Amino acid sequence: MAFAGGVDVGSTQTKAVIIDEKMEIVGRALTDTGSNVVKAAEKAFQQAMSDAKLEEREVEYVVGTGYGRYKVTFGNTQVTEISCHGRGAVHMFPETRTVVDMGGQDTKAISVAPSGEIVDFCMNDKCAAGTGRFLGAASSALDIPLGELGNTALRGERPVKISTTCTVFAESEVLSWLGKGKKIEDILLGVHQSIAARSVGLLRRVGIHDEVTFTGGVAKNHAMVETLNERLGLKVNVSDESHYMGALGAALFAMDHILTSRSPSDAMEVTS
Amino acid sequence: MTLVAGIDIGSTYTKCTVLDREEKVVGKAMLPTGFRLAEAAEKALDEALREAGALREDLGYTVATGFGRHQNEISDVQVTDLTASARGVAHFFPKTQTILDVGGQTMKASRLTDNAKVKSFRLNDKCAAGTGAFLEKTARYMGFSTEEIGPLVSTSKEAVSISGVCAVFAESEVINQLSEGSAPADIMRGAMVSLVGRSLQLMKRVKMEPEFTLIGGIMRFPAMVEIVKEELAMDVNVPEGDLVQFTSAFGAALLGRKRVEKRKSEGAASGV
Repeated sequence: MAFAGGVDVGSTQTKAVIIDEKMEIVGRALTDTGSNVVKAAEKAFQQAMSDAKLEEREVEYVVGTGYGRYKVTFGNTQVTEISCHGRGAVHMFPETRTVVDMGGQDTKAISVAPSGEIVDFCMNDKCAAGTGRFLGAASSALDIPLGELGNTALRGERPVKISTTCTVFAESEVLSWLGKGKKIEDILLGVHQSIAARSVGLLRRVGIHDEVTFTGGVAKNHAMVETLNERLGLKVNVSDESHYMGALGAALFAMDHILTSRSPSDAMEVTS
Repeated sequence: MTLVAGIDIGSTYTKCTVLDREEKVVGKAMLPTGFRLAEAAEKALDEALREAGALREDLGYTVATGFGRHQNEISDVQVTDLTASARGVAHFFPKTQTILDVGGQTMKASRLTDNAKVKSFRLNDKCAAGTGAFLEKTARYMGFSTEEIGPLVSTSKEAVSISGVCAVFAESEVINQLSEGSAPADIMRGAMVSLVGRSLQLMKRVKMEPEFTLIGGIMRFPAMVEIVKEELAMDVNVPEGDLVQFTSAFGAALLGRKRVEKRKSEGAASGV
């Protein structure tokens, strides 16, 4: 049995996944990227291996991805996170044609072919509006942990309209709504709707084709999923592994390499 | 009824000036705006009146300006901050053609006619990277408070290049610069250079012409004025001392004085 690894070094968190020949995830790990990117990549990979109860020599090929992919010093090669998210999403939901990936510091809209290849993409990386950082700002302004934002927002009934674009100004807008006596859940629902609106704007630029798969750390937030569904007028796919989608895609590329280099005839089967 | 007041309810600070019949400032006050705008306006007014040794009954006219001008019940009339600042600037520097006003959460460039009316203007209040908030954030990322910006930047020898695309993303840029050994003072100056770069774009869009007058809270930093001068390769006017922060409040009060005079002459004409 061969094993392949994928390490996704994101701006905020580093994710590692190990898969077997059946393309099933056998180990996974997540750690904060922090300032020592090389160490974060190593740590995530080691933890994923111990989760899979594997030794390093058993993992034949490793692909690094994410903004810190070149810091995956033990990796055999690198693939962009755009390709990896596309690949991972199509693996989990084969009908995926559009991917929205929401991470800590950027939001990406990706259009994919049935093969999982990238057709087009568009990203928000010059401005923190509409990224996970917007939620981070709300979290620190209201002093509510990130993980509880979504569930709090889901209790909202009369969302406020967040008028600011900039994440810095949004922080003060959130506080001013609080000062005006608005309920925290209504403010937070407004914050989620504002991010959803920005993401849909980004998605329109690559074209929205059903099915849409939502990946990245923010996909764990139920309110984000609901507000996106509402805005799009369709139901996005969300996998339990959404957070690991980039790492999974990287591991899938790594497994491709193992299988193609093993025997040319097998390779034909895999790629056909 | 001999005094007039101008209150500038800005995004960050609320400023008030009280003028006597000779257009001399007899009282002024400045305090953080916070979220209760009406309260901030009243407090600033009362503080300025106290300094003038006067009471609200002594006021003939009160003019409010700034983004919170409509959120108070103490003003007789409200004027835009562009009108108020044009009036204030023309009083100090009658030959002004272009005003650059950089505040905590806004940046404004306006072009004046020969009789100190606003001919055209451009403003940014959408993105913190183009406002004083950018300097505040940069300082905070390095562990300095807003009050420390002035003393810090005065020790800078050479600006470090700061891209300044987003006040949120600047955090990682600042941390990278610090880890590469750049001095906080030089990073701070770099942030100012980036902010001035943005202000030049804004001024170009109003077809800037000399003389230039710089106002707003951010211009209290001599380094900002110095950088603007360097970039324009031209001398600029700056109201003396803390008047740089009070120009709009002062201009509003001048407009109030004009109203009082008009009312008086109308009263005289009708024989009252």
